[in-house]
Amino acid sequence: MQGENAESPPVTALDLNTMPTWRARLARVLALALLLAAAGSPGGAEEVGKEEMRSLDEQVQEIKSDVLGIAAELGQLEEKLLYPSNTQVAVFVSLAEGETFRLDSVQVHIDGEPVAHHIYSFKELEALQKGGVQRIYTGNVATGEHRLDVAIAGKKGGSDVSAKQDWSFRKEAEPKLVGITLAGDGSRIELGSW
Amino acid sequence: MTPTWIRAIASGLAVVLLAAATAAEDLRDLHFGEALYEAYQEHWFESLERLDAEIAQHYRVDEPQLDSLYAHIGSAEFDVGDFELRYRMHHRAGRAIRAVLEADVAEPIRNEAAFRLARIHFQKDQPHEAMHALERIHGEIPDEIRDDIEFLRANVYMALGRPADAVKVLDDLQGDGELEGFSAYNLGIALLQAGRERDAVTQLDRAGQVSSGDPATLAIRDKSNLVLGTLLFEASAFGPSQSALDRVRLEGPFSNQALLRAGWADASAQNFERALVPWSILAEREPTDAAAQEARLALPYAYSKLDVHGRAALLYGRAVEAFGAQLEKIDASLDSIQEGEFLEALVREEIRQDKDWVIRLRSLPEAPETYYLMSLMASHDFQTALQNYLDLEDMRKKLVAWQRSFDAFDDLVELRRRYYEPLLPGVDREFRRLDARMRLRLEQRKHLARRLEHLLIAPRPEHLATADEQRFSAALDGIEARLAESSGADDAELQQRVRHLRGALRWSLETQYHERLTEAHRHLHELNQDVEALDAQYVAFVRTRQAATHSYAHYEAPIENLRARVTQAQERLEIAMKRQGHVLESVAKQELKLRRDRLEAYQNEARFAFADSYDRAAKAQAAK
Repeated sequence: MQGENAESPPVTALDLNTMPTWRARLARVLALALLLAAAGSPGGAEEVGKEEMRSLDEQVQEIKSDVLGIAAELGQLEEKLLYPSNTQVAVFVSLAEGETFRLDSVQVHIDGEPVAHHIYSFKELEALQKGGVQRIYTGNVATGEHRLDVAIAGKKGGSDVSAKQDWSFRKEAEPKLVGITLAGDGSRIELGSW
Repeated sequence: MTPTWIRAIASGLAVVLLAAATAAEDLRDLHFGEALYEAYQEHWFESLERLDAEIAQHYRVDEPQLDSLYAHIGSAEFDVGDFELRYRMHHRAGRAIRAVLEADVAEPIRNEAAFRLARIHFQKDQPHEAMHALERIHGEIPDEIRDDIEFLRANVYMALGRPADAVKVLDDLQGDGELEGFSAYNLGIALLQAGRERDAVTQLDRAGQVSSGDPATLAIRDKSNLVLGTLLFEASAFGPSQSALDRVRLEGPFSNQALLRAGWADASAQNFERALVPWSILAEREPTDAAAQEARLALPYAYSKLDVHGRAALLYGRAVEAFGAQLEKIDASLDSIQEGEFLEALVREEIRQDKDWVIRLRSLPEAPETYYLMSLMASHDFQTALQNYLDLEDMRKKLVAWQRSFDAFDDLVELRRRYYEPLLPGVDREFRRLDARMRLRLEQRKHLARRLEHLLIAPRPEHLATADEQRFSAALDGIEARLAESSGADDAELQQRVRHLRGALRWSLETQYHERLTEAHRHLHELNQDVEALDAQYVAFVRTRQAATHSYAHYEAPIENLRARVTQAQERLEIAMKRQGHVLESVAKQELKLRRDRLEAYQNEARFAFADSYDRAAKAQAAK
C-alpha cells in the first residue's frame, strides 16, 4: 500500500484514495460510527440478538423482584426470631445538616458492654453527609432502664476531634429505636428526637 | 436504541433528583433515612429492601398520619421508583411511578411523576410512550425539573427522528447552567440530523468552548470538539478541524480518538511533520486501545511520507511486533473465554470493590480474559449484560447465604424448644395458682370499692367500725340478750349501762364517720397502686410467657416456605446466569474477533510497509 500512496499527489481536499488503503477503509467506518453514536444508532455487537437481550433483561427483572420479596419476608422472620419487639433495641447514627468533619469511627456501649464499633469508608461518610442514617446496631435488652455510651473519633482541618456522651433510656414492650446525631464539627453527640 | 450518552445523562439526572427530593426535608423517619443511606452508596437492593418494608408498614398502620413516614411518604413513593430504576427494574419502577400518576395528587407531583415515567420509557427505548407521558405534563411544574423535562423532550424528539422539533426545544435551553454542555452538544447533533450542517458546525464550535469544572461537562465538551473536528475534516477544512481537535483535553475519554484524527487532519493537509506530534504521543499509549494501535501504523506512514525511510522501517518493524503481541493477547483472551475464565474474572469481589475495577482488570497479568474489557465496555449492550450478570451474581451470593441461615434458624428454634418445653408446664402450673389467688384478691378489692362508693350515697357508720369496736358491739349484743332472759334486781341498771355504752360506741362511729370514710378511700387508693404494680407484673409475665412460646413455635412452616422459595429462585437464577454469561461471552468473542481481524490486517500492512521502507532506506543509503 505504501508504494502507491507514496506517489500520490498532494491532498487539497479529503480524498480517501490518497490515504493508505487501510486508513481509507477505517476513516469511512470510524467517522460514520462516531456521528451515528451521537445521533442514536445502536453500538456494539448487535448480532447477539435484541430479542434475546430483552427477554433476558426481563427475566433478570423478575428474579430481582422475586429475590426482593424473599428478602422482605426473611427480614420479618429474622426480626421476629432474633430481635423480638419486647427486647429489640436499635441504634442509628446520622450527621447534623451541613457537617463536614471527617468521621472516622463510632463506638457504642450498652450498659457498659461494647456492642458496636464502626470505621467509616469514604462512601459511607458521604452517605451520612447527604442525610442518610446508618443503623449501627440491632440487639436485645430486657425491659427497664439502660445506659447508652457513644464515643466518636474523626478529623477536622487536619486536627483530631473526639467526643463522648452517655444517656439513659428506658426499654418498654415495643422496639426501642435510638437515634444519635453528631454535630458541632464532631464535638457534640446528641440524642435524636425520634 | 437510545445512545449511551443520553442514557448516562438521564441516569445522572435521577441521582440529582434523588438528592434534591430528599435532602431538603427534615428527616423524621429513621428507616427512611436508612434506605437513603444505602441508596447514597448505590446499594440499590438494600435500599429497596428497606424502603419497600417501611412503606408497606406505613400502609398497614391504622392511623398513617401518626406514622413517622407520613411526612416523607410522597418522596418515599418517588424514591422507590428511582431506586428501582437505578437497579434496572424498569417494570416495577414504571408501576410505582404510574401509581403516583394515577392517584389523586397535586398538580406538581403528578407532573413530576409524568416526567419520571417519560424518563423510564426513554431509557427503555420506548420514545413514543415517553412522548405520551411528557404530553401529560401541564399546569404547575416544579422549578427544579422544568429544564430537565425540556431536555428530555428534546432527546425524545431526536429518538423519534424529529430533529427539527428537538432544535426548537434545545434552542430555549441554551445557557442553562446545569445542562449547559449537554444541551449545547445535543443542539449541535439535532441541527446535524435536521440537515443544517453549517448551523451544526457553529453550534458544536460553541459547545466545544463551554467553560466548566464539572468532569461530565468537560467530557461532553471534548466530544463536541471531536465531532466538530471530524465534520470539518470530512469537509476537508483541515485547519479548523485541527483547531477543534486541539481543544480536546490530552487526558480524557476522547483524547485518543482526537489525537488520531488530529494526525490525519495534518496528514491530509500534507503536513506530515505536524502529524508526527499527536501520533507519537498516541503510539505510546495503552496498546489495547484501537486508536493507539492505529497510531503505531500511522506514525511510520508519516515518516515514510517525509522520506525518513530508515525510521519508518524501524517503526513498522516495531508495529509488527506490537501487533503480534496484541494478537497473542487476543488469542489468550479468546482461549480464556472459551474456558469460562472470563465470567469468573468479571465477578472477582476484590476487584469490584475498586471504583476503577475495569481499568485494573486490564493490568492484571494473570487475567488475559479481561485485557480488552475496556473496549467492550464501550458497547451499551455489553454494559447492560455485564451489569445484569453482576446483579445476578450478587443475588446468587445472597441466596446461598440465606439458604445457610435457614439451617441456623432451625438449630436456634430447636434449641429454644428443648430449653422451654420442659420448663413451661411447671411455670404454667405455678402461674395458674398465682393467677387464681390474684383474681380472688382483685375481686375482694372490687367488692370493697363498691361498698365504699355505696357509703357515699347511704352512710352506714357501723360498716366503718374497727375490729375492736365490732367485738365490743358484739359483746354488748350478748349482754343485752342475756339481760333479756334474766330477771335480776339490778337488770334495769345494767340495761341502762349497756345503752350508755352503745351510745358511746355510736357516738364514736357517727362523729368519726367522715374521717374514717376518707381514711378508707386513702387505703383503697394505696391498694390501687399495689394492684397496678401487680397488673404490670402480670402483663410482663404474660408477655414473657408468650415470647417464650413465640421464640420457637410456628416457625417450621414459614422457614420451610422460604427455603423452598430460595431454592426455586436459585434454580431460576442459575439458568438466567448461564444465559446472561453466554451473551457476555458471545459479545466479547465477537468484539475480540473483530479486533483480531483488524490487528491482522494492520500487521500485514505493517509487514509490507516495513519491506518497502527498508528497500527505500537501503536505496537511499546506496545513493549517498
